[in-house]
Amino acid sequence: MDCSGEERAPAQPVSRGTFLKRAGVAGLAVTIPAAAVAPAGLAESEKVQLDQMTALRPFQERTLGAFVERLIPSDSTGPGAKEARVVRYIDRSLTGDLYAFKAAYDLALIALDAYSVKKYGADFAELPADKQDAILTDMDKNTATGFVPNAKAVFEMIRTHAVQGMFGDPAHGGNENFVGWKLVRFPGPRLVIGAADQRLDVVPKSNLKSTYSIPLFKPSARK
Amino acid sequence: MAETLPITDVVVIGTGAAGGTAVWPLAKAGLKVVAIEAGPRVTTRDHPFDEVRNDVRDSHARWKASWEVPTVRPNRDAVATRPLGAVGPMMNAVGGTSIHWMTQSWRYTPWNFKMISESIKRYGASAIPKDCTSIDWPFDYAEIEPYYDRHEYFAGVSGQAGNVKGVIDKRGNILEGQRSRPYPLPPLRSSGFTEMMATAARAQHWNPYPGPAGIRSQAYNGKAGCTYCGFCGWTGCWTDAKVQTNVDYIPAAEKTNNLKIVPMASALSIEVDSKGRASGVVYRQGRTEYFQPAKVVVLAAYTYENSRMLLLSTSKAYPNGLSNNQGQVGRHYIAHGLGSAGATGWFPGKRLNRYSGTLGQYTAFDDLDSDNFDHTGLGFIGGGMCSATMEAKPIGTANTTPPSVPRWGSAWKAWLAKNADSCAGVGSQLDVLSYEGNFLDLDPSIRDPLGRPVVRITFDFHDNEYKMSNYIQDRMVEWLKAAGAGEVWRGVPGPRGLSTHAFGGTRMGDDSALNVVNRWGMSHEVPNLAIMGGSTFCSAAGRNPTQTIQALAWRTADHIVKDFASITS
Repeated sequence: MDCSGEERAPAQPVSRGTFLKRAGVAGLAVTIPAAAVAPAGLAESEKVQLDQMTALRPFQERTLGAFVERLIPSDSTGPGAKEARVVRYIDRSLTGDLYAFKAAYDLALIALDAYSVKKYGADFAELPADKQDAILTDMDKNTATGFVPNAKAVFEMIRTHAVQGMFGDPAHGGNENFVGWKLVRFPGPRLVIGAADQRLDVVPKSNLKSTYSIPLFKPSARK
Repeated sequence: MAETLPITDVVVIGTGAAGGTAVWPLAKAGLKVVAIEAGPRVTTRDHPFDEVRNDVRDSHARWKASWEVPTVRPNRDAVATRPLGAVGPMMNAVGGTSIHWMTQSWRYTPWNFKMISESIKRYGASAIPKDCTSIDWPFDYAEIEPYYDRHEYFAGVSGQAGNVKGVIDKRGNILEGQRSRPYPLPPLRSSGFTEMMATAARAQHWNPYPGPAGIRSQAYNGKAGCTYCGFCGWTGCWTDAKVQTNVDYIPAAEKTNNLKIVPMASALSIEVDSKGRASGVVYRQGRTEYFQPAKVVVLAAYTYENSRMLLLSTSKAYPNGLSNNQGQVGRHYIAHGLGSAGATGWFPGKRLNRYSGTLGQYTAFDDLDSDNFDHTGLGFIGGGMCSATMEAKPIGTANTTPPSVPRWGSAWKAWLAKNADSCAGVGSQLDVLSYEGNFLDLDPSIRDPLGRPVVRITFDFHDNEYKMSNYIQDRMVEWLKAAGAGEVWRGVPGPRGLSTHAFGGTRMGDDSALNVVNRWGMSHEVPNLAIMGGSTFCSAAGRNPTQTIQALAWRTADHIVKDFASITS
């Protein structure tokens, strides 16, 4: 959000307006995330463009991607940040509600590579997982140097946003295929929940979908 | 130069819990009311089940509250700061924060209204901490009870009474103040988790009951009942079961044709005439400034904006801000100790099914509140209602892990996969006192996009608050263990300067040298200026303030109606 309180128009390669219009999102009083709609009938080329970064440059996408993939790794427990498209969530957010953090990310990703080169002689994304983990640990413990305001603050900023991307509604660009919701056993949005589903140890029926696919909240229903 | 509009009887700044309630008795009595609201009108469609939008970013507040987030410092010697990307704590919309509030709808206790005199009577004058500025309220519980009752019946508050005209019912809160009637609606249903916690509370010899909720537990006055959907706090209700002023009071007021709402308009200042009386409000809508003249001005924004509006409304008669010739605007600031007395428990192997319900679906007890226990030797007065609630969400759940579990990487993920939805927090809000050194003023350097200084909060806990936090937190740990928690971990006691539970700045009291408004909520200095909201509270009490804000708003509106001729002459 900028000072006018309005969404900045994201610099997208393809007309965001065209995409949103097709999805029926244009002209809302209340902001609906662009990815609120994964509409049927999008051409394959448009789907690819939907995935293009809007705030992050390619080298930033690579560095940040490597970082969040260690925060939330893809492993024997199941899919992680990579499959959830956590970087796409952060990228979207940096042209929207989290615009205030854009400059902090620019600095953070430079500092991350600089620290990585200093410690291991290579960019962060090129390191093996164990060395990447060692750098995350240094940041978590605030012993890594060169970060503004400090390594721990940067670690927490990225972790906060990565968790949002992993476990938030897929409409915001992350939690693809609901991998985050499955991980924390969230059954999905339900308009009505019966007493039986509030008993201890009951396993509620899965209802995985974006809140914006519920007819009441469908952007097209606002017209 | 602002465009001057035709005069109206009453202009109200803000349509949340306070202003949104007051417009009903004002308009019903036939007064012409104009209400200026910073946000838009919203409907059920504007309340998607979106934790990112609602809980994390609080996108509802972006219209104005996020432009003017106060800065915070612990004392006069520190530089006030605010975090990067901070969002406003309150919602800007017709209905205000009554839309995205947490729905725990309480009456304060009789003791709350005279906590200072009662504490001195029982424990001696030394029980009141040095530098404490708290006072008794200028009226007692019996005087506000009819307004609590009116609100509960008008809006449809759900709960189990514990004391109707002195008849005690153990299913309800046996320690509550005497009620003239039961709740109009039965309490929200219990859940496996709230029953488990109620049983554990009884084992500790406490007296749990289903907490009252500003949610209609069943259809009421043509409005739907709660569906326990799990997306209630930080957003409005998808089916209008929640008590929101944009759903109950404001539509009723608009039906009288005496209320005109001006949405998406930011009030800038309250103007005065040559006699020092309030003459109206300057507001900005779009790029145009308007002057809305009125016979009575009601300031009903949130606590921070109430003080800021007065401090920014300077004139010859009020050089230090409107109604501030005694220097009391901004003083006696209190923020609840949210999180301070909290503890969280992990119930290994259990699915609590807290991805459902609402924060208004809870078990609560009063045994650690007010003077319901002997404070001798404890080093603090007061306490707080304690509760265990429903309504967990995925992002919050992913961040709720015991300290023994790593916060990232494969070990974290593996723990979540096995244990998500097996942790729950309990806690209390704490009856924090007001002190000389805790106050609101204007930040010397941080400004909003219109170039106006934001509020600066100077706030810290004193010994009284730390002792209260620790004492109640110990009990919360015992409660969780009694319920079968394996690992239990504590919140860190300490002040939260910026709060959704903020009080003071325009305090109410009989002494015009120490208080901004009188017992009716009217300014001591400006006879036709009313101020509403938590900013007028004399004490925080140990529980959620919204219903008391609504009861007081109704009471002040009644006073304006009754004394309109004398107030405006």
